[in-house]
Amino acid sequence: MNQDAYSDAYISGILDEVKTVAMIGASANNVRPSYFVLKYLLSKGYEVWPINPGQAGKEILGQKVYASLEELPGVPDMIDIFRNSAAAGEIVDQVLASGQLPKVIWMQLTVRHDEAAVRAEAAGIKMVMNRCPKIEYGRLSGEIGWAGVNSRTLSSKRPTLKSGFQHRGLSGNKSS
Amino acid sequence: MSENIPGFSTLAIHAGAAPDPSTGARATPIYQTTSFVFDDVDHAASLFGLQAFGNIYTRITNPTTAVLEERVAALEGGTAALATASGHSAQLLCFHTLMQPGDNIVAANKLYGGSINQLNHSFKSFGWGVKWADPADISSFEAAIDDKTRAIFIESLANPGGIVVDIEAIAALAKAKGVPLVVDNTMATPYLCRPIEHGADIVLHSLTKFMGGHGNSMGGIIVDGGSFDWSASGNYPLLSEPRPEYQGIVLHETFGNFAFAIACRVLGLRDLGPAISPFNAFMILTGIETLPLRMQRHSDNAKKVALHLSGHDKVKWVSYAALPEDKHHSLQQKYMPKGAGAVFTFGVEGGYDTGVALVSKVELFSHLANIGDTRSLIIHPASTTHRQLTDEQKTAAGAGPDVVRISVGLEDVDDIIADLDQALSG
Repeated sequence: MNQDAYSDAYISGILDEVKTVAMIGASANNVRPSYFVLKYLLSKGYEVWPINPGQAGKEILGQKVYASLEELPGVPDMIDIFRNSAAAGEIVDQVLASGQLPKVIWMQLTVRHDEAAVRAEAAGIKMVMNRCPKIEYGRLSGEIGWAGVNSRTLSSKRPTLKSGFQHRGLSGNKSS
Repeated sequence: MSENIPGFSTLAIHAGAAPDPSTGARATPIYQTTSFVFDDVDHAASLFGLQAFGNIYTRITNPTTAVLEERVAALEGGTAALATASGHSAQLLCFHTLMQPGDNIVAANKLYGGSINQLNHSFKSFGWGVKWADPADISSFEAAIDDKTRAIFIESLANPGGIVVDIEAIAALAKAKGVPLVVDNTMATPYLCRPIEHGADIVLHSLTKFMGGHGNSMGGIIVDGGSFDWSASGNYPLLSEPRPEYQGIVLHETFGNFAFAIACRVLGLRDLGPAISPFNAFMILTGIETLPLRMQRHSDNAKKVALHLSGHDKVKWVSYAALPEDKHHSLQQKYMPKGAGAVFTFGVEGGYDTGVALVSKVELFSHLANIGDTRSLIIHPASTTHRQLTDEQKTAAGAGPDVVRISVGLEDVDDIIADLDQALSG
């Protein structure tokens, strides 16, 4: 996978396929980016398992917080990493060693570890690095255009609406 | 579609404008509403806290205006854009986001006269300084930059003299000094020149001119190039520091490479208020669909008119970068090879009186203070826009008594030339 230029089909395929997301570094502070992303993913119908040792046992946005990947109730479809690049590489190796493999490992904006990505892809895991799932979902659904952001997509098809007035969805993630 | 990068004409028609999700309307609907309902209290809180994408109030976002914003961002190759009520208000919001009292910008001294007024006078009352530099002498920019400088500001194609600025040379200086380069691209439009590809960090427009193109709607826009690191220096606290307006959000950290456009919207437009009307956004959007066709015809017509005038016995000189002998011709060939735009100046034999006679006798040209209309426009600055200045000041401003400015329209070029000929005769 070219880690500098993911195709829209690759990203939307991931966002359509994934149902459960483990978010490492989820913050309880409501102005932190990880809190924004957690709230947005919940609003789009994803099940999100926040991981934050400092908040373990508490709830963020009504979701039980776990101390580590080992404590999750199951294997998540996707692990979303809000940590620095070095820590993200260690997390990938920890996941590979555990044998409990997610379909996707996603590293947030500015987070990238190319060597770890090669190892994860060799194990059949799809990788996304230096991207934000909220921005990508908003971009591919067209919602981000409401903020004047260049979605870099063109379409002559009607956007897919989800339930609620100001909510759009991806093609395979229709109104619930 | 996105795997292949669409061409400019395709973007001019389609970027930002999928069919309306509610009705399937193919043209972009005019959402002429002040406000938008919330799904519930939590949705409202998410919108006000910038946690969800969506519309609250047309002073902040509007779905019609958003199509215009995405369209221009795509045409300029930017990450995002913010439309405003006018080009002047785009400059106000841009510099409000960049500057604190006591800061300054270094600006080219060849700018639209309205911009010179705004920078020289109105901005002073905000405590924002301006230091002038000569775009023909890059070292004058370097000499003017100090530790309070927060941006360099130039026009790609300067109004009205037909001056093409060496964007890459100034961009290299801006990068070395750690300040963003802001380029007003009104006269060239992204069809002729895309400043972000040459190193600009922010692009501004008066959409009132060639982008709308029909002389019917005011508008402006700020395009975020997505290239500047707002957190590197600490000099841009609206982007790099926790914002009390939003409970401590750090905008650059939260919005990454489109944080500047978001900051101009949620801090500048929200609080200062110069929102464009959705109707004007619709009119300008419709104009942009034919931008490539219009700008090519404007430039082709202007070149023919300039060539004709350079051989006219009542014309002393013509300043138009598309003419091979023009001093800006090599820069024009580099930065805007498809054409040099519609606007240029020329000098008439007989000075002030001939200039006044010319604007009085034209029958096809309209005598008014605008550029970028389908119609051909003419003005004699010495008797109108620059009337209050002394002769010395007029000449220094490029508005000497013999100077006439025209904005060549889309009429048949033979009719345009015939009108100038009859008005110059006798």
